Amino acid sequence: MSDTTFAPTYGPVAIPVRELLPWAIFAGLMLMLAIYFVGAEEGATSLIRGTAVHEFVHDGRHLLGFPCH
Amino acid sequence: MVGKLLLRGMLVGLVAGILAFAFARVYGEPQVDKAIAFEEQQAQAAGEAPEPEMVSRATQAGIGLATGVLVYGAALGGLFSLVFAYAYGRLGSLGPRSTSALLALLGFLAVIVVPSLKYPANPPAVGNPETIAYRTELFFIMIVISIAAMVAAVGLAQRLWSRLGAWNASIVAGLAFLVVFALVKAALPDINEVPENFSATVLWQFRVASLGIQLVLWAVVGLGFGAAAERVVAARDQRGPARRYA
Repeated sequence: MSDTTFAPTYGPVAIPVRELLPWAIFAGLMLMLAIYFVGAEEGATSLIRGTAVHEFVHDGRHLLGFPCH
Repeated sequence: MVGKLLLRGMLVGLVAGILAFAFARVYGEPQVDKAIAFEEQQAQAAGEAPEPEMVSRATQAGIGLATGVLVYGAALGGLFSLVFAYAYGRLGSLGPRSTSALLALLGFLAVIVVPSLKYPANPPAVGNPETIAYRTELFFIMIVISIAAMVAAVGLAQRLWSRLGAWNASIVAGLAFLVVFALVKAALPDINEVPENFSATVLWQFRVASLGIQLVLWAVVGLGFGAAAERVVAARDQRGPARRYA
């Protein structure tokens, strides 16, 4: 979907996949881990013993739409 | 380049999280409190001892809620910036602000609205603790399918673009997405664990508040990140003297 109606040197330039991939993998994993702790830790699965994380983020978990209890 | 976008995405997400927290305090917490009051009333009527409070309600509704929503917001903004980094320059000639707004709209539909039509948010007191694993699994399966269907629909629209034109290609892709959603909605099992005498008003208002929190998050990220990314990508894009972004 390149911009063929204008001179090809103008307009948005896509970032090459090989430049993006390391960021997508490492940052993507870290960020999804953060969402996991807010949304699912000590619910269906548990990395840390107890229910402290679950209880602490309890209201956020319900209001953000994650299954809880 | 990607690092700069990522940092900006997370910062915009943090701002979105702060605003979403304010929204959640005003519109969400009253419903959570009412649901917990119902839960306690039910437990009392059944003659059960009240559950010991590990974390006080004030903490849960204050710093706990803030932590949850802010971490979620920053993570959402970061992931959004990575998707933007891939999509930018690959969605026709859309400029940074249009790309960001479009991605947020499609993302909000695919990640939040569509999955919640099948498995909506539930307040405390709704949901059987014994089925949490099952419900969590279905919830994430629904989100993954919905995202995959949206990605496929965007690909379909791009393929049909030159033959059908922008409008018709988008309508056909949108219909294809709806067909997939209808099939998946029928195929996946329903979950309804709302107690019989739970207030319909509280349930409705809780779900609207929950959707509102997400709308605040995605709107701020979609509009804010476009503005924040403009300068980053402009350094790389080669624009003519009078040319502006679409």
